[in-house]
Amino acid sequence: MIQALVFYMFAGITVASAVMVITARNPVHAVLFLILAFFNAAGLFLLAGAEFLAMVLVVVYVGAVAVLFLFVVMLLDINYLKLREGFLSYLPTGLLVGAILLAELALVVGSWKFAVDAPLSVGSRVPDMALISNTDALGRLIYTDYFYLFQASGLILLVAMIGTILLTLRSRPGVKKQNIAKQNARNKASSVEIRKVPSGGGI
Amino acid sequence: MLQIGLSHYLTVGAILFTLGVLGIFLNRKNVIIILMAIELILLAININFVAFSFFLHDLVGQIFSMFVLTVAAAEAAIGLAIVVVFHRNRGTIAVEDINQMKG
Repeated sequence: MIQALVFYMFAGITVASAVMVITARNPVHAVLFLILAFFNAAGLFLLAGAEFLAMVLVVVYVGAVAVLFLFVVMLLDINYLKLREGFLSYLPTGLLVGAILLAELALVVGSWKFAVDAPLSVGSRVPDMALISNTDALGRLIYTDYFYLFQASGLILLVAMIGTILLTLRSRPGVKKQNIAKQNARNKASSVEIRKVPSGGGI
Repeated sequence: MLQIGLSHYLTVGAILFTLGVLGIFLNRKNVIIILMAIELILLAININFVAFSFFLHDLVGQIFSMFVLTVAAAEAAIGLAIVVVFHRNRGTIAVEDINQMKG
């Protein structure tokens, strides 16, 4: 009973904030509603027993991705109202396509059942929550059976990091900066010159 | 109604997915909102994975969902970097102005 009510609360707020994300006039509001949607989706994950994923969703999405969006929205000096022109002209087509897509998905969800032998093909059963925590169970699986995939996802993050830095890094000419290595590399030969000055002649 | 089953989670996932697609349609000019809509779509997929994992008692769904999260984070970072670089070079992020590579 309580569980059902909590589920409906999380699901309702998630869907409502997703609607606000795509219709908000101000992109900053859109980002904030995206954060709300992620929080409530984390609640849904908790209800489904995926505690570790719920925490990862809050930490990674709310803490990193959504804040990154917020940074970029505030960083760029853009007239967002101009970008919204044509919103209403796309609305009928968009609603039509969305309605058709939703109807098809509803048909699939409504008439679909598990295959009889689907529960037999389970890859790794969820262990008893009283004996072992969700995080522990996930870790035992990731560091054994799925180790190569885990490494590959780390590689993806590395490539993304290098690509992002490479894309946004720029050298600005004309900016005076202290080059400590260059200063330390100075020696007598490169910086001092001794000249014989004839008396009365000047340099 | 009060017994939450798999179809409840799948319905939430389907609605979120549709909203994401609708967001791409409605905000065709604003790349940042399009990226946010893609995040919503990936979130819907994750909800489906976790729901199946819960109702089939299979932990692999949660692991796959974690990999989806990783790829989504990488995609958001690179997409936003491209947006920033594009804005620096052209002074706009409107989708219809991105036509330099058009043949």
